[in-house]
Amino acid sequence: MAEVRTISMDNTIPDTRVELCGITMDNPVIPASGTFGYGYEFAELYDINCLGTFSFKGTTGEPRFGNETPRIAECPSGMLNAVGLQNPGVDKVISEELPRLAAVFSKPVMANVSGFSVEEYVRVTEKLAAQDMVGWLEINISCPNVHGGGMSFGTDPCMAGEVVSAVRKVTDKPLIIKLSPNVTNIAEIARSCEAAGADGISLINTLMGMRLNLRTRKPIIANVTGGYSGPAVFPVALRMVYQVYDAVKIPIVGMGGISSAEDVLEMMMAGATAVEVGAANLVDPYVCRTIIEELPVTMERYGIRSLREIIGAAH
Amino acid sequence: MKQVILTITENTALTPTTWRMKLAGDVSAVTAPGQFIDLRLDGHFLRRPISVNDVEYGTDPDGGDGTVTIIYKVLGHGTEEMTHYLPGRELDVLTGLGNGYDLSDAGEHPLLIGGGVGIPPLYLAARQLMQRVRDGSVKDVTVILGFNSEDEMYYVDEFEELGCRVAVATADGSCGVKGFVTDAFRALVTECGSLCIAEAFGDENDPDSEPEYVRYTHFFTCGPEPMLRALYKEVYEEAGISGQMSFEERMGCGFGACMGCSCRTVTGYKRICKDGPVLRTEEILWQK
Repeated sequence: MAEVRTISMDNTIPDTRVELCGITMDNPVIPASGTFGYGYEFAELYDINCLGTFSFKGTTGEPRFGNETPRIAECPSGMLNAVGLQNPGVDKVISEELPRLAAVFSKPVMANVSGFSVEEYVRVTEKLAAQDMVGWLEINISCPNVHGGGMSFGTDPCMAGEVVSAVRKVTDKPLIIKLSPNVTNIAEIARSCEAAGADGISLINTLMGMRLNLRTRKPIIANVTGGYSGPAVFPVALRMVYQVYDAVKIPIVGMGGISSAEDVLEMMMAGATAVEVGAANLVDPYVCRTIIEELPVTMERYGIRSLREIIGAAH
Repeated sequence: MKQVILTITENTALTPTTWRMKLAGDVSAVTAPGQFIDLRLDGHFLRRPISVNDVEYGTDPDGGDGTVTIIYKVLGHGTEEMTHYLPGRELDVLTGLGNGYDLSDAGEHPLLIGGGVGIPPLYLAARQLMQRVRDGSVKDVTVILGFNSEDEMYYVDEFEELGCRVAVATADGSCGVKGFVTDAFRALVTECGSLCIAEAFGDENDPDSEPEYVRYTHFFTCGPEPMLRALYKEVYEEAGISGQMSFEERMGCGFGACMGCSCRTVTGYKRICKDGPVLRTEEILWQK
């Protein structure tokens, strides 16, 4: 309480602003790709301009239906998903989704790029980077639910570096590389991305897992395996963010199980400059707004005047 | 969609595995039969989507004094947990999810077909259609209910009390027609010529009255997928009656954000939770 009173007497509001790759955000809270669509479902509920930004649904070169259903299974404190990058393809995203997105969100948005070849990553990145509303590009080399692309780029330092070098050539906008936790040495992959020209690292994507149906004796998810997310993975994500912070100088977007303002502070102390909130959006559609509203009072509780001062404080 | 806190006012077993729960509060977001609500349960990460069985809006202009009824089958840990909830408990609920049935296509002689745990949403549809019978825009409402056996039966009396004509099928023949809802459908209809599927209506109080043959105008259904496939073939393709089918799928969010419950349709990809759960027979593309 003493701390709270001191800060209140100063009559200053805790500063939630952060700078991510040269762009200042009002707060570090970013709904994660694949849990927020293109924003309109949530814009029906509240003004999503309160967000730091959001990362829209992963986009590929061609339209994709994704995996067969069931795509979802519940787990203790989390869930498995194997959506498989369902999206209308980059051209329709630009012609149909982004104009609708622009009607409900006026800040720079984060475009999430996926692919099955280096050429596809380059093509999608180039097209999305040319859109004015796109502030950052998050290059997803870590989707565990597709075959022949996605995670296979993010589990090998050389291939990760190859993708980053290639997309680096087609845009000057900030490139944030989204990494998979399904690796032995996350620091090595992060360093490879930094050396190849990445402006930031985001992690973690989901952890590969599976569940069985005891009645059918078969996997619940049609794709057999899915990605585990939710509060259960928070300690794993925090550990990896901590390790990557030691390995690279570029900023980190931390994610994995974040569902409260306190989780945000903890992830930032581990080394994150900003955070993404994923699975929690699916259970509580207001969770990002709630976190943003609770950030100042939570900061006061821990004597934090500015979020920028706690980035990597645990090191 | 609206996120609200609802208070349980009733939670009772209708059969050993089927329970009815009534929840009081702001239910104003529920606008059509066939919609569902999504309940957050302690100790479970994902919400539980359950179809609306009935809704009463109350008199408060802000909608705060309504009641929504759900009927759920105990299938896993979540629904088992729900059976222990007592009246007075408050639940975090997303309300008014999904498109629901469009009753404006019912025509004069709608047919409602429900199987097992798919029966509950048809009750609100039947109640609203019976109001249209009183208005005169609908002439009669026929309901076919399918169960595994007599001891799993529920809500037959409730549909009859609404004034619907009710036919029952049980898989083991312990009540009504032995077999599936399609067997009950065949038992109801009589072929007249090559095209006309008709049903005999007579005046029950006048044994000399001539039966009137009418063609079902539209059907509304909900139930397990094998049942929906069979109805699609027999009622839509063979008898030529268009309908609306409510589908079930494992969901992540329940409001269209996660693409966890997508399906292919004639008009493109749809999300069962947001663009469905009700699809029209004309747009359904069966997989496999």
